[in-house]
Amino acid sequence: MRAIVVLFAVSVVILALKVVEVAGRIDHRPAPPAAIAAEQQLADAVSRLNAEFQKQWQAENVQPAAFADDLTVLRRLSQALFGTVPSLEDIRRFEADEQPDRIDRWVVDMLRDSRYSDYFAERLARSLVGVEGGPFIIFRRDRMTAWLADQLRKDASWCDMTKELIAAEGLWTDSPAANFITIARQDDETINVNKLAGRSVRTFLGQRIDCAQCHDHPFDQQWKQHHFEGLAAFFCQAGVTFGGVTDRRLDDKKQKVVYRVVDPGKEESEARIIPEAVPFNSEWLPAEGGLRHRLAEWITHKDNRRYERAIANRVWGFMFGKPLHEPVDDLPHPVDGEQDALDILGQEFRARGDRLSVLIRMIALSDTFRLSSESSATDESDYQTQVDAWCTFPLVRLRPEQVIGSLFQAAHIRTIDQNSNLIARAQKFGNENDFLNEYGDMGDDELLQQVGTIPQALLRMNGRFSSELSKAELLTAAGQILDFSPNDEAVVENSYLTCLARRPSDKEKDYFVAMLDKTYEAAAKKREASPGTPEMDPKPDRSRAEVVQDIFWMLFNSPEFSWNH
Amino acid sequence: MNTEISRRRILQMLSVCGLTLALPGMSARAASRRREERPKSLITLWMNGGMSQLETWDPHPGTPTGGEVKEISTSAKDMRISEMLPQLAEQMHLCTLIRSLTSKEGDHERGSAFVKTGYRPEPTLKYPTLGAIAAHELPDPKIEIPQHVALATGGFVTPEGGYLGNEWDAFRVFSPGDGLSNLKSFVSKERQIDRLKGLSVVSKQFESNRQFGATRTLHQNTLDRALTMMSSEQLKAFELAAEPATVKKAYGDTSFGKGCLVARRLVEVGVRSIEVNLSGFDTHVSNHEGHITQTKILDPAIATLLKELKERDLLDSTIVLCMSEFGRTPSINPAGGRDHWPNWFSCMIAGGGFREGTVIGATPSDLPKPSSNMKMMAGGKTGGPEDPIQVPELYATIMAAMGIDARKEIMTPIGRPIRFADATPSARLLKDDVAAKVVKS
Repeated sequence: MRAIVVLFAVSVVILALKVVEVAGRIDHRPAPPAAIAAEQQLADAVSRLNAEFQKQWQAENVQPAAFADDLTVLRRLSQALFGTVPSLEDIRRFEADEQPDRIDRWVVDMLRDSRYSDYFAERLARSLVGVEGGPFIIFRRDRMTAWLADQLRKDASWCDMTKELIAAEGLWTDSPAANFITIARQDDETINVNKLAGRSVRTFLGQRIDCAQCHDHPFDQQWKQHHFEGLAAFFCQAGVTFGGVTDRRLDDKKQKVVYRVVDPGKEESEARIIPEAVPFNSEWLPAEGGLRHRLAEWITHKDNRRYERAIANRVWGFMFGKPLHEPVDDLPHPVDGEQDALDILGQEFRARGDRLSVLIRMIALSDTFRLSSESSATDESDYQTQVDAWCTFPLVRLRPEQVIGSLFQAAHIRTIDQNSNLIARAQKFGNENDFLNEYGDMGDDELLQQVGTIPQALLRMNGRFSSELSKAELLTAAGQILDFSPNDEAVVENSYLTCLARRPSDKEKDYFVAMLDKTYEAAAKKREASPGTPEMDPKPDRSRAEVVQDIFWMLFNSPEFSWNH
Repeated sequence: MNTEISRRRILQMLSVCGLTLALPGMSARAASRRREERPKSLITLWMNGGMSQLETWDPHPGTPTGGEVKEISTSAKDMRISEMLPQLAEQMHLCTLIRSLTSKEGDHERGSAFVKTGYRPEPTLKYPTLGAIAAHELPDPKIEIPQHVALATGGFVTPEGGYLGNEWDAFRVFSPGDGLSNLKSFVSKERQIDRLKGLSVVSKQFESNRQFGATRTLHQNTLDRALTMMSSEQLKAFELAAEPATVKKAYGDTSFGKGCLVARRLVEVGVRSIEVNLSGFDTHVSNHEGHITQTKILDPAIATLLKELKERDLLDSTIVLCMSEFGRTPSINPAGGRDHWPNWFSCMIAGGGFREGTVIGATPSDLPKPSSNMKMMAGGKTGGPEDPIQVPELYATIMAAMGIDARKEIMTPIGRPIRFADATPSARLLKDDVAAKVVKS
């Protein structure tokens, strides 16, 4: 007996330690207070953006859709900034808020939530270092993502972050931005300068010049092979040593390290020496400083429109699930004297300390973000015109982590965040990883428009996640809705709010209330009320708990659940 | 509780829910058709990690590059392979050996992407793998299960649809022969029918006023196909219970062996492309011993697969391709291992109209000079295999043999038209009569 008690006590201690360990992995950083600049007055900036779209709609003779209701907008914001549906707790709080500027205040509050910084950091990291594993030991994605999250919490300048990434020095652990460079280290211990040049132009300038590595761009006469080589040359002194990333300006013979290209079929002795050079506006390039510092200054130069347009397009993509221009990193060249929505976003972003929070708030407050996804189109081509003109909110498949994030949040009434209990957070951590392994990752192409797959449909229908998370038990949303809703109408309504962030239509409500009316419990109640009445209904074969579980299953498997709308 | 849903019930269910999927007929079994009348299938046996050509298809015993391996004669005249593949040696009269594949990608991930797609990887576009192209181009409406399947899945690059769309990604089975996950409902069939009815109520609400947008999501279509698959008799192709113990033993009680047996069963049903993965070839240390271990798994499985396909009259309509992301160095490192060597490597191909008992290409027996690797990577002419075959050329030929137009251009999401293979088919790889039909002069 004593041995059993001791064994039990040891097991409890081990379990507690495990929970603490997992919780530590989930939330290993002390969260400093977020410093989102809420004082920025954006009304004029948003008006400029709205006017630009109005102008386009008039020019194309299209009518924008009506505005979506605020709950739909809250769902969009929650998916974009947290990667989940809003909790029932948040929905109730949101609906109780009757003060003016509700959406704007909520966006600012969301930007101060560590769920935003953590989630946006993950998404930014994909554009900066992709999803590949990277070189063993010297590449630490977790450190890179944690650093990005810290920057977002501080509402740091994107220009400063860009400069730190491109010109990073030091260890991949102490200076996490250095992982932008270390991921390009090759087996022969050199840095793949082509990879860094291509990635920098795609991520920070929103253009693709990768094919110019081997030849002049076939479709874009402005990109020549020498442009690519000149940009790659800025990375030629970068290297990774025991001390971390550093620039090696002189080689063993005390000669300046230069970029040498050996053309196919040529000998090493025939290598071409490529001087560092930028493809346009060389006057922006500082004369002094390390190569990578100079490149970073040129990329982020205040007159470099490509830079602000690139980040505006990417943040637009994060918010809508679809960038304003596709692909996200293949923007057309900016034209002198012309401006579009990306320029307006970019100019306002630059004027306000180039913070991502400004872009997010401007987009969130814009008319375009508030449009309904319902469409008046009468045929396919009419609908395509509306989609192209952004006069209806696009239907976009949610990313895998948004689907599992939503499944997990919808299984709880209260918000799952850094203040949730350890068990809930540990469950979320484990569930997310398992689900993502099965559902599949979209890799670097996260903003590429894709449809769902059969394995994904099977996982949603028959996987353990939707089965377990829809159960009506003591601590689950389904169970608590069943136990605490005052009547069947409220059960159905609360289920819809929790899963889809909307109320059911009358038809839907009637349908599901009727299902609840055919349960053991409903039959027993009827018998109790009229003991002498003969049984009219067919004999029920289900309990109320099973029906509520079924309702959650149906909502989880609906297109509305896994598409942004 | 019986959670299986019969096909009849599914049909009832779909009609009750107003779903419009036209379900294919069940009677036609692809295996009832033989030889040329039968649409072609592709089985790729993927040797993950970089199989050594010297310990398998291209031994050079007694030479500076040879290592400890010995060679044996095979059922094909003048064709000798490694002693590590004795069972396969008896089937080599069915096969073509290509000893002169070349690549410039010496990294696992990039090498796998190149060899699986025929295109060097680039950051801005994902190319489809050969199996995805085959499934995309040769759809069979009678097949209710995925037409593109990866068994014992693993490796650096899973077979995927790339720019064709993720609906052409391979259906992944991690442990072949041990059942499939997520194919059975957790609830009774009556309850499942009620769930689907309720789901259709929620879906219709979403579709109202979103008619065109909702149709584009293909959500309902995907759901219908998943439901059809759940009730399909063809799922039995993934099971091994009906196979005699002797057959299972012949393939080997390994994940790869079971995968090869499942692959044969899938081909019989008519599945277009199947990849079976065997990991463990990255032998930087103790290469010889590593390959002994690996070939003990590979040899019985591949030999039995070829033998069975031949016996069942399925080899004319099935291409079996065994390959790897690259080969391994001619030299042996101080740890007794061989490192990555994309400059030349081998593959084996059988069936589907490819030549039989033929060897293409030859590689040097001398150790390359230390600097030649770098030169080769830079495209320098520092020696190489005789009669080199490029991966795109091989794939163009496979596509031609399968009836796919390799020069067909697809408009990609980045607005660039891309051909399935950037090469033309090679008549020398095919039987003369087949080449005369499928290779344009």
